[in-house]
Amino acid sequence: MADLVTITVDGVAMQGKAGEVLIKVAEDNGNFIPRFCWHPRMKPVGMCRMCLVEVVGPRGRMLVPSCTTTINEGMEVDTQSAVVKKAQEGVLEYLLINHPLDCPVCDKGGECPLQDHTVAYGPGESRFVEEKRHFEKPIPISELVLLDRERCILCARCTRFSDEISGDPLIEFKDRGNAVQVITFPGEPFSSYFSGNTVQICPVGALTAKPYRFKARPWDLEAVESVSMVDSIGSKVSVQSSQNEVVRIDGIDNDATNHGWLSDKDRFVFESIHSADRITTPLIKEEGQFREATWGEALDLVAERLTSFPGAQVAGLGGANSTNEEAYTFGKFLRTIVVTPHIDAQLDDGLDPQFLVGVTPRAAIPDLETAKTILLWAADLKEEYPVLYLRVRRAAAELGANLIVVHPRATGLDDVATHKVRYRPGTGPEVLRELTGDDADYTEIREALAAGPVVGIVGRTGLGEDPRLAEAVAAFVRDFSEGKIMPLARRGNVVGALDMGLAPTLLPGRVSESAAHDVLESEWGPLPEGLGRNATSILEGLRDGELRALIMLGTDPVRDHAEPELAAAGLDGAEFVVAMDQFITDSVAAADVVFPVAGFAEVEGTVTNIEGRVQKVNRLVPSPGQTRATWSVLDDLARRMDGNLGATAAAAIAKEITGVAPAYHGVTWDALDWGDGREGLLLPLAEGVQHLEYIPVDGQLASVDARYGLHLGRVLYDDGVRVRMSPSLAALRPEGAVFLNAAALDALGLAPGSPAVVEGASGRVELPVAVDNSLGDGTVYVPANLESTRSLGAAVAVTVSPGGDA
Amino acid sequence: MKILTERMEAHRTDSHTIERYEATGGYSALRKGFEIGPEAVTAEVKASNIRGRGGANFPAGVKWGFLAPARPAYLVINADESEPGTFKDRQLLERDPHQLVEGVVLSSYALGVNHAFIYIRGEYPKPARRVQHAVDEAYAKGYLGKDILGSGFDLDVTVHLGGGAYICGEESALLNSLEGRRGEPRIKPPFPAVEGLYSKPTIVNNVETISNVPWIVSNGGIAYASIGPDTSAGTRLISLSGHINKPGNYEIVMGMTWRDLIYDIGGGIPGGRELKAWIPGGSSAPWFVPAEHLDTPATIDDVNDLGSMMGSGAVIVMDETTDVVAAAHRIVRFYSHESCGQCTPCREGTTWLERIFNRLLNGQGRMADIDLLIDVSDGISPGLTWPPAMTTICPLGPSATAPVVSIMKYFRDEVEARVVSGIPVALEAADG
Repeated sequence: MADLVTITVDGVAMQGKAGEVLIKVAEDNGNFIPRFCWHPRMKPVGMCRMCLVEVVGPRGRMLVPSCTTTINEGMEVDTQSAVVKKAQEGVLEYLLINHPLDCPVCDKGGECPLQDHTVAYGPGESRFVEEKRHFEKPIPISELVLLDRERCILCARCTRFSDEISGDPLIEFKDRGNAVQVITFPGEPFSSYFSGNTVQICPVGALTAKPYRFKARPWDLEAVESVSMVDSIGSKVSVQSSQNEVVRIDGIDNDATNHGWLSDKDRFVFESIHSADRITTPLIKEEGQFREATWGEALDLVAERLTSFPGAQVAGLGGANSTNEEAYTFGKFLRTIVVTPHIDAQLDDGLDPQFLVGVTPRAAIPDLETAKTILLWAADLKEEYPVLYLRVRRAAAELGANLIVVHPRATGLDDVATHKVRYRPGTGPEVLRELTGDDADYTEIREALAAGPVVGIVGRTGLGEDPRLAEAVAAFVRDFSEGKIMPLARRGNVVGALDMGLAPTLLPGRVSESAAHDVLESEWGPLPEGLGRNATSILEGLRDGELRALIMLGTDPVRDHAEPELAAAGLDGAEFVVAMDQFITDSVAAADVVFPVAGFAEVEGTVTNIEGRVQKVNRLVPSPGQTRATWSVLDDLARRMDGNLGATAAAAIAKEITGVAPAYHGVTWDALDWGDGREGLLLPLAEGVQHLEYIPVDGQLASVDARYGLHLGRVLYDDGVRVRMSPSLAALRPEGAVFLNAAALDALGLAPGSPAVVEGASGRVELPVAVDNSLGDGTVYVPANLESTRSLGAAVAVTVSPGGDA
Repeated sequence: MKILTERMEAHRTDSHTIERYEATGGYSALRKGFEIGPEAVTAEVKASNIRGRGGANFPAGVKWGFLAPARPAYLVINADESEPGTFKDRQLLERDPHQLVEGVVLSSYALGVNHAFIYIRGEYPKPARRVQHAVDEAYAKGYLGKDILGSGFDLDVTVHLGGGAYICGEESALLNSLEGRRGEPRIKPPFPAVEGLYSKPTIVNNVETISNVPWIVSNGGIAYASIGPDTSAGTRLISLSGHINKPGNYEIVMGMTWRDLIYDIGGGIPGGRELKAWIPGGSSAPWFVPAEHLDTPATIDDVNDLGSMMGSGAVIVMDETTDVVAAAHRIVRFYSHESCGQCTPCREGTTWLERIFNRLLNGQGRMADIDLLIDVSDGISPGLTWPPAMTTICPLGPSATAPVVSIMKYFRDEVEARVVSGIPVALEAADG
């Protein structure tokens, strides 16, 4: 612990850590010093001069900015003197001389630090009688953000964020003096995945976000704290609505996950909530067409049909985008009402479920703050886990951790990486063997890894990669001093869903099926015997007639499974398909009955992030039309199938989980709503709780030998349903392309933009080629899950040939 | 007594060449420096009591003593001479660049620095050419580069041209500019001597300061200290401009009165007109007026005691025909234009001052503007004392308040008369 230093502020003694700045110590001790440019998550610049205070020193009183002044033992500070008041009035009067004061039509009006400080510390009137400064306004600086340079008070929060925090400095100050303005570079828009953060931290209304602009007045907003379910990082958010419509999502600062930052996907995906394409009534398919139905009619039909199959011929997919309470109910319904063991929340695009939930020792996100070395052998974090990208970036760029990035192509973190290894997809096992052996190329990396604590962030770099490789990497990292593992899988609540038993090998509470089968029977009654099938096997079983019915919960295998053809064949082969969803996705279109369910911001419950941190999501708006909560649909269905799930309310289900699911003993909603619980509860809560502790093993995989290895990497804005249904984000989806290095293009006789065919075992695409010289020879990169690329399927070994008529 | 300008006055056509420099004893101080060693060179500079000639007048030897031990460390020569009225460094750069280069080698040797930078203002193309040429010659002759004169000491010198911003003469803004960043002053601490260029210990010295070092090493620090008053030791260059018969640079021994400087050295006021006021140390210095200051000594401390500063040695003389409101406006406009824009009080306050002056000059002034000018100034520089208290990171903003305070103090009646007259300046001039 840092040494404590005692200072006196306005006669009150207070303590702070050595090295902390005065403004923070004062605020932590209840004395708020006004500020514009200072932000607790960024380096101080002392520019706005709003936080000037007087420090009494040996040479008398000195006016200093409290944001750049570090505390010293015995420091005496006056924040209330006449000199300080005069300075504060001065700064505010100066700031307002050129500010348009168009507060009535400004998005920030009502929650504006400039307004608030003017009320609290301002002179009350202006003596400025000249014409104010004028700029063309607003000007779009990206697809999502607009800039009003007249309102800007030049605090540099946005420019510093983009430089210091997100690492894409696409906005800067230009000119000097009174002509200074924020600007983008010529021909380069502010196309950052994190642009919305600048809107949130802007202390005036200079930066506004298109999706929220003019939608509401801040004092009319209702808000709840919740957790972003866009990815599995569990970023803390404030969801805000006006007239029962979600109009804004802001980040909430916490030490645990997101430091207040969000990706633009976290922030703007709310548009999908109120999409006109939401399903609002139950649907029954007749003669290939959906017709609207009543709940009673639809539930009766499903109950009747499901009862007609032997339980073991029915399977369930999905749940990784649901709350823990919904996932638990889904699993309980499948295992005790339908009585089937065939359950999978993943679509074979993640990791082994036991490894994902049970790996030990497991790293938490705050471990990145103290890590000496980080080995990142997983997805491109900037594309798939943007908030985690920010945390790793901070660890490497600000906190000095060694960062080793192993990936088939350049990633967003390469500029702060101390070591980079690029490899051809399929050869990962060989790279790992060289790394673990004594290959001279990797001596420096081995030395870096010898410096603990080590955090290994492991996952599949692309969709085609063997998930066992991530486990082998984990086994390698585990052997280093204080080595901890952070396994990555992306769906919002995938860890929670697996923790609730939505995998063939797991039962609720982070326990293995084999170990907990009998114990759970004492709670739930008889359970199906034997291990069930995973997603791929379920789809194969449906295709081949070994399984006959499928229940889907918020999942779209036709788009999300690595082999879309298999998924389509599985759905096609099923005699009966039920979907619980919000949209008619390609998979839902194949269903016989569709139940419309409530989603994010419409339900309350808990979710568990990639660290095993349980947090609360809350309800803010009513779900549209006749949509119902998933648990209540399943409960109703169970009753019609002569069962009883006891799912009477989300809170009641949460209580049941606490009792039934070992790792969740002690996780109560009360504990999550207040105090430290707002940072979530990191499982396991206490020593001695019986739950799965999975030791990863190196399965000694063989490399795939091929002329071309396919890297099928995800991009942030892909064809996932929530992006497609959020117009602001949908517009940002990239065009599909086939990426090769320049030499490979030459070898194939292709010019950039000309068509190329990539063909693998499960499909093919023909797309324009583009140059990416971060790709090694033999590596071909195709962005996954775009309309134009999804037919390729996930292979490793592929062929590449000129397309078109050539 | 001439130290800095002796060579250029004796050899008007070729004082800048290495041949002339060597023929007149150039680079002999360097040889002596290598004989006596770096500690002894430092000791001589400390003993000389030379105070920085860039404007702050801080003792150079003391500044050197602050250099942190971490290496690499850098010496940066501030040749961004931009203070209105100041043109002395230009002459040293153009007419005796080797004197500077020798000073740079000696100073770097004393400081344990192996890379020095000379940052020259962008509007000084000829001085930059001359300095670059001198540096090239010094490399060719073995005064720069590896193992200089067999001493084992290595030094590289980089000549860098600024982009035309006054603020880059502020040493930390200069370092930002040198690093390719926006020319904005840094928060201090850390001071450059601890964390300067590229976050390494850095000494930033003015051209004139370092140009004195060869003489100090040759003749001894004590000899230098014995010239002139104790706390204003040595000679210094004064740039005389404005309403004066003989404008130009003069190397003087400090201690004479302002009357001597203006009337004897400068030859008095053209047409025998009356002296109205003068700025004793660059446009940021509060003004002096004959009734109070003409017979006071022109030394660093005497001027400080009277509430102004010798600054960069720029003396701007204004005679009785001067419209003080227009003169103050001109200076305020300069600072408003040159504000880097970081600090609110400077960015907005100097602009506001300028715009109030615009109205005064356009005949649209109000009596209330007089107090407003003072209060807006007070918001930039609380108390309006000198040296200034600041609500800003650097003294640029407070510099803009000096002319405001000066005209209100000495010529308030003229300002009021301008408000009352309501006649735009241009019309008034046409009438006259």
